[in-house]
Formats: sequence, structure tokens, C-alpha cells
Amino acid sequence: MSGLFKKMFLVDLFQGLWVTFRNQHPKYIYTEQYPAERPKVAERYRGAPRLNINPDNGETLCISCNLCALACPEALIVVTSERNEVTKRKDLTTFTYDTSRCMFCGLCEDACPVDALELTQDFEMATYTREGQIWDRQMLEEGPKPTQYKC
Amino acid sequence: MPDSTFLDTTELVLNMGPQHPSTHGVLRVILKLDGEKVLGTECVIGYLHRGVEKIAENRTYAQFNPYVDRMDYVAAISNGLGYCLAVEKLLNVEAPPRAQAIRVILTELNRIASHLLWLGTHALDIGAITPVFYCLREREEALKIFEKYCGARLTTHAFRIGGLLYETYDGFEQEIRDFCTMFVPHVDEYEDLLTHNRIWVGRLKDVGILSGEECKEYGVTGPVLRAAGVEWDLRKAQPYSGYEKYDFEIPIRQNGDTYDRYMVRMAEMRQSVRIMQQAVEAIPEGPIMGKVGKVIKPPVGEAYVSIEAPKGELGYYVVSDGSTQPYRVRVRPPSFVNLQALDRMIRGGLVADVVAVIGTLDIVLGEIDR
Repeated sequence: MSGLFKKMFLVDLFQGLWVTFRNQHPKYIYTEQYPAERPKVAERYRGAPRLNINPDNGETLCISCNLCALACPEALIVVTSERNEVTKRKDLTTFTYDTSRCMFCGLCEDACPVDALELTQDFEMATYTREGQIWDRQMLEEGPKPTQYKC
Repeated sequence: MPDSTFLDTTELVLNMGPQHPSTHGVLRVILKLDGEKVLGTECVIGYLHRGVEKIAENRTYAQFNPYVDRMDYVAAISNGLGYCLAVEKLLNVEAPPRAQAIRVILTELNRIASHLLWLGTHALDIGAITPVFYCLREREEALKIFEKYCGARLTTHAFRIGGLLYETYDGFEQEIRDFCTMFVPHVDEYEDLLTHNRIWVGRLKDVGILSGEECKEYGVTGPVLRAAGVEWDLRKAQPYSGYEKYDFEIPIRQNGDTYDRYMVRMAEMRQSVRIMQQAVEAIPEGPIMGKVGKVIKPPVGEAYVSIEAPKGELGYYVVSDGSTQPYRVRVRPPSFVNLQALDRMIRGGLVADVVAVIGTLDIVLGEIDR
């Protein structure tokens, strides 16, 4: 009798649909509309490298100590500097970071004594050329500029 | 002129892989078939060889740490723990209690994430599509915690030699508690879908049987060994990182077939939740980094440390010659050892069961080829 009732009123069908509708709540929607809607990555996310500058005068914070280059397992950082005769300090001339070989382990940012080199939350680093993956000092200071899309 | 006719019954050699989706990576299995029956198998590995052990000889101890994540990329945190413990043994230091508790929490969370991926893909191989979506949904929550804690979801580089680099973030304990309360009903949900499902039971029961004695002969560890009735778990047998403080059980089953390995892993996920719940309530205060210098230079010697990774016994053998770089790092990956039992498990079985048996071994090719 109950089997007939179940068949007549499509109980199983509604039970199944209830599972479907229960998962329609916005809380359970995991799909991101990617280029229009960017994922919010964690604060500690290890993404694109950045060479920080002093916001007041635009000078680099890097002291050319070369510790990041020594810490890097892939030896992909090249730092060159020249000695400033006036201040007796090293001035940074070039800073090259090969992001194509980087595995974002974060050892370079741990090694930096002045928090100049940092792995940021930017994650869109695609380029059209291989050479574009090798970032120079200017690129490291400005960061990647991905195209912004609006929905 | 072929000297055999269409109807002859000689054996057929069939290559499965390296691009077959059910081999979970780039494993090539050469199957010798007599109709549907498998007469023998041969595994060809090495398609993902990256020379990780050799790389170690040219890196400092700290520099090699991120590479171990790339072996078993499904359970990167367990790999990191094993390597860090091995170098800590060489250095004769121990991570502080707070670091140990956080390590246990993250490793158990990683075990759950690894088992979830296994369950999803294994069910997908057998033909059940639904569980994979459910499993990846919960795995996402675990990966979010990893990302918040150490900044990466998969290749985490979470632990450092001597302790931890990152302090827990605000709300870490609460998120772990929420995960535990959220997760247990979901395990029931997976079991609702699979455990008594007639197709699932029919495909898995009495398939790929490996007895406890054979497991020991092959050196097979992990859930495969425990499903054959051998109560061996390194977390209990040789406790490391403070596992002796937590109350948990080793799930074992007796038959040693594919279904039992499924049941053992499901029970292990529940036990992992139990460990996490105990650990998160008792995270001691204190430092997170032990007394390790900036330059890690262990004395001449060697150390072998094995831990219970999600897939079995994961061992790291590190030899130091007194310099800043290891003389040799040898990894004993669980998947590599477990894979050699494949031939024993599948010989005499059917072609359709090959997929089930490869899935139940829970292999990761990054770890096998290194």
C-alpha cells in the first residue's frame, strides 16, 4: 500500500529533487566566474614576487645583501650592486628574478633582512613570451598588471 | 601472413597507460591477457622521474625542503614532516611542543585531504560519479586551511627544520574545530552512497586479495597492510611528533580485499578527526622554532626516520658529511613499495578489476618515480 502511495505521489522523485534544491543555497556554490570575479586568496599566499620601495621617496628598500639569491634553491635571483663612494653603502643596480623557474617556496622572502623582497597575493603572471617571465627590477617594483574584466 | 587465426586463444599483450586516466598519473602497466583474464602484469615506471634524490645532494638542508612536497603532492605536509624529522634527528634537536601539536593537526588534516582525493577518484574509477564531487567539496575546506596557514594549497612547504616558520593565524583553532564538526556527517554521507551500494560491494568484495603474510613479504604498509589484519601503524608503533599523547585506534579489517581497504580508509578519516579534535584543544603556548642556527650544518652521521604517511610508511634516510649539503638523501616512498604487490593482487583476476586494484593501492606517481 505504501509502495503504491510512493509511486502515485512520486515521493522518491521529490526526495531526490530536495537534495538538489538544498544545494542551491549561495553558501554551497563553489564556482567562481573567474575573469569577472577574482578569487580572494589568503593573506599569506605566495604569489608574484615584489621588490618593495619606500613609499615616501620611491627608493628601493633592497640593501643588495644577496641573501635571497643565496637562499633560493633554484638560484634564479641575480642581484648586482655598486659601491656608493659617498655613503659607503651598496647601491642596487639590477635585480633579476626568473619567475619561470620559481616554485614559490618563500625561502627568499624569509631570507630578506629588510622585508624588501616579498611574495604577494598576485597570481596572474602569464606572459606571451618566455623572456617575459624573467622580471627585471622595474617589473618587480611595479608588479604584474593583469587585464581587468567586468561582468 | 599471420600464422594465427582470428579465433586463436593465444595471450594478448595490452598496454595500459601511461596516459590512462585510471592509473592516476603516468603509470604504464603491461597486461598479459587471456580473454578477460589477467595472466600477468608488469609495471613500467619512471615517466615522472625528476631526480629529486640527486637534487638533494646539490642543495642545502633548508633548500631541499620545498622539493619533498613535490614527491607525494597529494600529501605534501606529511612529506615535509618526514624530512624535517629526519634532519632534526641528525641535528639532535626536537621541535617545541607547540610546533609539534600544530604539525600533528596539519598532518592529520592532510591525511583526510589525501584520503578524500583517493576516495573520489577510486569511486570514479569504479563508476560512481557522485562521491568525487562530495569529496572534493570537503577537500576544498582543508586546502583553504592550508592556504591560510602557509600560503599554498598543495605544495605547502609548511614546516621548517626545527619547528615552524608560520605562527597560526587568527581563528585557526576555530576553523579546525568547525572542520571536525562539519566533516564527520560528511563521512556518513559518503558511506551512505557507497558502503552498502550493491554495485560498489560487488565490484570490490574479494577483488585483489592480499593476505597479511604476503603484505609483510612485499613490505607493503599503510591501509593495505591494515586491511589484511596486521595492526601496524607507525603512529602507535614508533610515536613521533607527540602522537603518543593522543587517544586513537588503528582501524583494521581481516579479509585484505579492496572493500576492506576502503573500509579501513574511511575509519582512518574518522580517527584523524579524533586526533585533530584532541590536539586542537591542547595546543601548548610557547615558541614554535627550536634551537636551530641559520646555517644548518649537522654533524657527520646518518639518520633514518619513518612516519605514517596517508599511503603507508614514508621513510627518509639522510646522510651528512658535515657540510651544509646532505651527502645522500634516500626516500622510502610508500607508493613505490605498495605498487610491487599489484601483480600478486591482480594475477588471475579480470581486466575490469585492474582499475579497481590500482585505485585501491592509492599510488601517487610523483612519489614512485621521484
